[in-house]
Amino acid sequence: MVVTQTQPRPPRARTRPPIIDCDLHNELDSIKDLYPYLSQRWRDHIETYGVRPFAGSYYPRFWPNRADARPPSGRQSGSEVGFTRQHYLDPYNVAYAILIPLTPVGRQPNQALDAALATAVNDWQVAEWLDQDPRLRASIVVPFEDPPRAVAEIERRAADKRFVQVEFTGRPQEPMGRRKYWPIYEACARHGLHVVSHAFGSYGQPVTGCGWPSYYLEEHIGPAQAMQANIISLIAEGVFDHFPIKVVSVENGFGWLPSLMWRLDRSWRLLRSEVPHLKRPPSEYIREHVYLTTQPMEEPPDPRHFLTLLEQYGDMVDHILFASDYPHWDADEPDTALPARVPEAIRRGILFENARRLYNLP
Amino acid sequence: MKYVVARVDEIPPGGRKIVEVAGRSIGLFNLDGEFYALRNRCPHQGGPLCQGLLLGIVHGGRPGEFFYEPRRAILACPWHGWEFDIRTGQSLCDPVRLRTRRYPVSVESGQRLLAAGESPVPSRVRGPYVAETYPVSVEGLYLVVEVPD
Amino acid sequence: MQTEMATPEVRTGQRPPVIDCDIHAEVPTVEALFPYLPPYWVEHITHTRFKGPIDTYYPPQSPVAARPGSLPPQGPAGSSLELLRAQVLDPLNVEVGILVCTYAIDSLHNPDAAVALARAVNDWLAEEWLAKEPRLRASIVVPCQIPQLAAQEIDRVAQHPGFVQVLLPARSYFPYGNRIYQPLWEAIARHDLVAAIHFGGAPGTPPTPSGWPSYYFEEYAGMAQVFASQLTSIVCEGVFDLFPTVKVVLLESGVTWLPPHLWRFDKEWRNLRRLVPWLKQPPSAYVRQHVRLTVQPLDAPADPQALLAVLAQLGAEEMLLYASDYPHEHGVDPETVLFPALPEALAQKIRTENARALYRRL
Repeated sequence: MVVTQTQPRPPRARTRPPIIDCDLHNELDSIKDLYPYLSQRWRDHIETYGVRPFAGSYYPRFWPNRADARPPSGRQSGSEVGFTRQHYLDPYNVAYAILIPLTPVGRQPNQALDAALATAVNDWQVAEWLDQDPRLRASIVVPFEDPPRAVAEIERRAADKRFVQVEFTGRPQEPMGRRKYWPIYEACARHGLHVVSHAFGSYGQPVTGCGWPSYYLEEHIGPAQAMQANIISLIAEGVFDHFPIKVVSVENGFGWLPSLMWRLDRSWRLLRSEVPHLKRPPSEYIREHVYLTTQPMEEPPDPRHFLTLLEQYGDMVDHILFASDYPHWDADEPDTALPARVPEAIRRGILFENARRLYNLP
Repeated sequence: MKYVVARVDEIPPGGRKIVEVAGRSIGLFNLDGEFYALRNRCPHQGGPLCQGLLLGIVHGGRPGEFFYEPRRAILACPWHGWEFDIRTGQSLCDPVRLRTRRYPVSVESGQRLLAAGESPVPSRVRGPYVAETYPVSVEGLYLVVEVPD
Repeated sequence: MQTEMATPEVRTGQRPPVIDCDIHAEVPTVEALFPYLPPYWVEHITHTRFKGPIDTYYPPQSPVAARPGSLPPQGPAGSSLELLRAQVLDPLNVEVGILVCTYAIDSLHNPDAAVALARAVNDWLAEEWLAKEPRLRASIVVPCQIPQLAAQEIDRVAQHPGFVQVLLPARSYFPYGNRIYQPLWEAIARHDLVAAIHFGGAPGTPPTPSGWPSYYFEEYAGMAQVFASQLTSIVCEGVFDLFPTVKVVLLESGVTWLPPHLWRFDKEWRNLRRLVPWLKQPPSAYVRQHVRLTVQPLDAPADPQALLAVLAQLGAEEMLLYASDYPHEHGVDPETVLFPALPEALAQKIRTENARALYRRL
């Protein structure tokens, strides 16, 4: 292919208003990227036994990462901070980006391996990302199905304020509100860390409440269902009464939230005797504790319905955070992802101000 | 306005070239000897459509049936995978409303171009884009794209 | 089994007539099924610990199970035809009421028990309900966990004109679009029945993508997500392409979750069309043409203007159906909460017209 010019460059960075991206992926080119951060014992283990997932729980992504995001070295798109900087952070005037690495951590039946990988990933994030660009913040990956080890990893990172949140996959072994995970929330509360739930992943059980779907298309729609179940659990179990933490929902969509709030409040009025520890309507907990990123952007066929959605959000529009999901195949472009008719004040909130406030960024 | 954008032999069958013409990025494609030109801009979020994968044509019959034509006439946008037929610029998911601009392409000999006194060089355009220029020789064959002013 | 139905008399009431698309008929005790069970099973149930399914989709003493005053002198709420007439059919001016029996056949892993009990329930419905009350129709209960056996039961029962649909619990072992269910859909299409996907289910797999929630409140509020996954599967797998005459009704799913789900579904299909190229139109078009929903429980905002905005987002007046969901308590009577906010023409569609268009066997 002969290419004489790539796509038009966005306007010069310094004339663009700054944005904050709440879902930037630092990708491993391969598991070997972690070898410098793993002991020989674990390198040998991985070489011999591999990183074994829960067999049968994986839906291969359809399209590969964006080809235009691939660095000249030929390594995986998103695996080099230098190219991410040059291709994305600089031209789009990304003032801050929150890294959410997607790795095998959290999906390993071997718990000791899971913990070792988590430490290695976080060391890799510090050395090859956070130390390389002051605009970056990161999510602490933890073996969340092994709460004592997860808490140990949080304690290891908490002093480094560039780590801003603790990462869960979208479908853990139990709904996120369950007491099993409370030590993790306690550590987050203690250290002022948020909790991020990023779409996808599975701890080996069917990825819907009605069994295993067939197509990646179904799996790709599923995160909305998984996140709602997790939010329902966090509320029902009283997590927010015990821990003043914020939960960030990433890559799960955001159109479903008003319906969930109506449904939860009605259900609670009917069944509140089952959950007497809940003192307030569920929607109030959502208003105080839940934040959501924009990607994949909602695309109602009638653009007026997007504005209706924002009206249904009401004050909670301040909880909507822009995310690109760079460099994945369905990443959103900052300039064109939000519908044109979104009012300017809301747009600025989504692209910058809401995240600045949430993550307390200077 | 017509613009000379490439020598025919620059784009073999299955190949492509992306050019800047009159302030637009345009992708040129050679599909089995036929040439097509599409705006290099996806109607979805403005992505670099013409850099996407070129794939065979897939239609379905009954569930589980895939009718696959190996002609690589389908362009999948690198930003979300929307499929476009390079012969028409139409998306497959909504051919009427979601499409990218198609430009007429013709093959002209250098001899004819020079004889007609048509300059192969469009005037420089403003902005960050630089127009391609081609020295035209009498032996060559050239692709000419027609783009509205 | 009787196949005659009594001739209806015309009853008038103060309220406009309705077709009630979700009335529960509860099996009072397993002994009530003895006249309809083979002697092997009568003996088995009498002398072993097996007394039929133990799972219920509604905890029997919970606030949702029985609205005040619906408990008959003997048996659970929903087991008395006399009370049904007095509390629903007469006062609500029900022209036609469609019975749903959520006896948890799907929880029985023993296929022979599942078949025997499904047959018994269907025969019991025909004798004890349909033969005695001309305003009633019913749903065929099937052992959906084994689609071939479900198809056989449908073929056996479908000649009775009183059965208008096949009951499929929302939670299932695989989502209903999966190709293993092909015999089931063939039978549904063959007899011009509606596929009624209903709240609940007891397949043995968890009701969320993150495993088992602690509280019924979570399952109740979260069932909308299960319905969403079922719709996704049914459309993606081409059920409506293979069976273009088939219609699906969602019973007790709520309504307001559907528009954002369709936005996401259409969006992902635009990205991933190539995986499911047999889909000839966007997923939302299939849903609008083939899927209907009852309005009880109504997961909508209290404000009438906000409610109208949500219905505008749904954008399909033919989709909604009236239901009492007797004897369940959801806290909302559509006649007093929903209809006053709507134009009368739409209210009329919801009360009767949409049901008449849906149920060709009515």
